[in-house]
Amino acid sequence: MSMLASCLTLAAALFCIGLYGVLTKRNAIVVLLSIELMLNAANLNLIAFSRYGAVPSLTGQLFSLFSMTVAAAEAAVGIAVLIVLYRRRATVNVDEFDELSRQPAHHRSADDHDRGGR
Amino acid sequence: MIPFNLDWSGEFFAFFLLAVCAIAGAVLAASFTKVVHTALAMAFTFVSLAGLFVLLHAEFVAFVQVLLYVGAVTILMIFGIMMTKHQDEGKEAARPLLETLAAVGCLCLFGILFFAIRSSGFPAEVPPPEGDNTLAVGKELFTTYAIPFELVSVLLTVAFVGAVALAKREEGEDI
Repeated sequence: MSMLASCLTLAAALFCIGLYGVLTKRNAIVVLLSIELMLNAANLNLIAFSRYGAVPSLTGQLFSLFSMTVAAAEAAVGIAVLIVLYRRRATVNVDEFDELSRQPAHHRSADDHDRGGR
Repeated sequence: MIPFNLDWSGEFFAFFLLAVCAIAGAVLAASFTKVVHTALAMAFTFVSLAGLFVLLHAEFVAFVQVLLYVGAVTILMIFGIMMTKHQDEGKEAARPLLETLAAVGCLCLFGILFFAIRSSGFPAEVPPPEGDNTLAVGKELFTTYAIPFELVSVLLTVAFVGAVALAKREEGEDI
């Protein structure tokens, strides 16, 4: 097994562990961390191909730099949304963030006052 | 691991060690019930991945990985943990069906990926690139990829200003 195949296998394993965390964990912060793990596994693939691929070049490293930047932005916005949701619901359980899938008739009274806002 | 015809060179040994660390951190993070422990195990995984990047001759990306993931994202998550309440963690009812289904699905995905990787042919290994990795990355970033670089900086600014604007509102204010 070459180094490239080993790196790809490791990245696949990390991606699957992250996917399992996203699917089963109920704490929103753990879900965000698992998403970061999946993004990092993708970065490992990019860097492995930039070293051992058919055309070794720096492009993979640069692409992984860009994806890291986007991941940082995503984490910041995710935490901000999480804190706003926590203030309104006093929970970080992702199973309870289901406002978009509920019928409009079942609105909680606490949600009504913010209509007409932004 | 018999069918793998591994050559135990120093590079592969370092890779094996770092890979074991990364997988162990990820598995521990998935199995811990306390959120802080999960965040710390994830940080361990990120550090191991930075070591792997050094092994793959991507020193600058490894540095950015430590700075950004271990230094920024994990700390951000820990601040998120501090600002929310986690007293009732680990007390929820278990969902065996969902967890089993998710585990089976993830294992199937891993199996498919593993056999795809095993069955594909890869190009022969080339000697590592000469010269300063950081210098080469910087040259490439500010010549060929100058416009994406500027766009990403705009995206970061917008995202962070948006995050501050979202999270800054006081109690009782409309959202």
